[in-house]
Amino acid sequence: MKHVRWLVLLPFLGMLGGPFVLNRVEPLVFGLPLLLAWLVACVVASSAVMGVIYLCDPARSETE
Amino acid sequence: MNAALPIIALAVVLALGLGLWARAGHDMSLEQWTVGGRGFGTMLVFLLMAGEVYTTFTFLGASGWAYGKGGPTYYILCYLCLIYLISYWLLPPVWRYAKQNKLFSQPDFYAAKYESPWLGVLVALVGLVALVPYMVLQLKGLGIIVTTASYGAISPTVAIWIGAATVTAYVMASGVRGSAWNSVIKDVLILSVVVFLGLYLPYHYYGGIEPMFRAIDQAKPGFLALPERGQSASWFASTTLLTALGGWMFPHIFGSVYTAREANVFRRNAVFLPLYQLMLLFVFLAGFAAVLQVPGLKGPDVDLALFKLSIEAFPPWFVGVIGATGVFTALVPGSMILIAGATLVAHNLYRPLRPQATDASIGRLAKLATPLLALVCVGFTLQGGETIVQLLLMGYAFVTQLFPALLTSLMARNPLTKEGAAAGIVVGVGTVAATAIGGHSMTSLFPSLPGAIQDMNIGAVALALNVVVGLLVSLATRRAVSAQAMATK
Repeated sequence: MKHVRWLVLLPFLGMLGGPFVLNRVEPLVFGLPLLLAWLVACVVASSAVMGVIYLCDPARSETE
Repeated sequence: MNAALPIIALAVVLALGLGLWARAGHDMSLEQWTVGGRGFGTMLVFLLMAGEVYTTFTFLGASGWAYGKGGPTYYILCYLCLIYLISYWLLPPVWRYAKQNKLFSQPDFYAAKYESPWLGVLVALVGLVALVPYMVLQLKGLGIIVTTASYGAISPTVAIWIGAATVTAYVMASGVRGSAWNSVIKDVLILSVVVFLGLYLPYHYYGGIEPMFRAIDQAKPGFLALPERGQSASWFASTTLLTALGGWMFPHIFGSVYTAREANVFRRNAVFLPLYQLMLLFVFLAGFAAVLQVPGLKGPDVDLALFKLSIEAFPPWFVGVIGATGVFTALVPGSMILIAGATLVAHNLYRPLRPQATDASIGRLAKLATPLLALVCVGFTLQGGETIVQLLLMGYAFVTQLFPALLTSLMARNPLTKEGAAAGIVVGVGTVAATAIGGHSMTSLFPSLPGAIQDMNIGAVALALNVVVGLLVSLATRRAVSAQAMATK
């Protein structure tokens, strides 16, 4: 389960790489310009990824 | 007198009262004053950390940039999200080490890890230099908010003085506890107001969010995406990454880490805080709504976009509510900055000169340093003409230079020596200062390089030099030490 933590690279890649390939206004997605919609999706995905990492993290049961 | 004024006055009184009440039942020792006795749970740490997000920078700066810059504004959403992803791994070891060694401030961490009090002094000086523009940003925002929301009845100068006096009073009395309890009020207020503005303004003026973006795209083609040159995709990626790395390096943010009761607080917060950033989307929407409705704002005036539109759209009492929210967004981060700054002065600059000073006398000195620091910040605020985002970017450029030495100190084998860490920080900060004073950009420094590299944030050069110099000096000092050891054998 330790490899799960590498999932964190996905939101990094999405946010830092997305503007190079999705730098457009059209088509509007959920009413938002394409680039902004993509970045919002990356933010939502970040929380989901961190939730998975947290649930698989043995450190969360430690009391420090 | 308009209806907005008493509501704004009530916010100031409430902030002061709550700040003073937070002291009740606590003896304000240095540990209580600076780090809340290291007893804060998930909720209070969440609010202190989110306090970084919802400052006047968010309220005015982000909406102002959405109005003035368009697409490049999206970097704010990304860097704030990435800050919290980094926190999952960065903060638990920092917290654990600080708790074991009873540390009070950010420079303490560097001084202890590198066994060098003078490295602590250097970090304190860099922190202070970065904190001043951050505090100026809050006071400048406060002046804009109160003056505009009071329909000019209170001048920016008077607003800045009242704000600085209020925050100084409750910081001296209650320290970080006053900030934490005011954070609760602030976040409830700003969440409600920002979501309402972000939805109401596009619907009121354009009939919806999609029609608003279509109207802007038609009037200003390409405004909602990144430009081909300048603040292009490579500027976006480099600025997002650099500011995310620097996010935890501000002394008051770093200090908020010490207030936690346990390490899991940070792991839990790292799951929810990225989602919390989505509130920025509503700030952007409010700023974009102003693009076609209050055209013509230029330079620092873009920070007024949100309020100019609100005054047109709402009755005075509701403008007062927006103003009251703005007051909290300035005072809460401002109080954290003053606590961190005063602690740096007393604990990290004065104490190395007087090692025999007791915690009690350092605590008294920190409280006395608070009004002095506030005065310095008020002085700079009344001078400056930068936009709010420019001020923040300058502060970030400085503190990001502290990141390499922090990261390597958490490794099992630190590749940096104390001399290397200090040299890297000095070269990095010097590069940032030289490029800022000289007005240099990547384009002016490297005119023959490809456009994508020229557009990169110039802070990347400073950070690269920081790392290279740090490693080279560490290599040299390690060799010198081992040669000396061989000679004595």
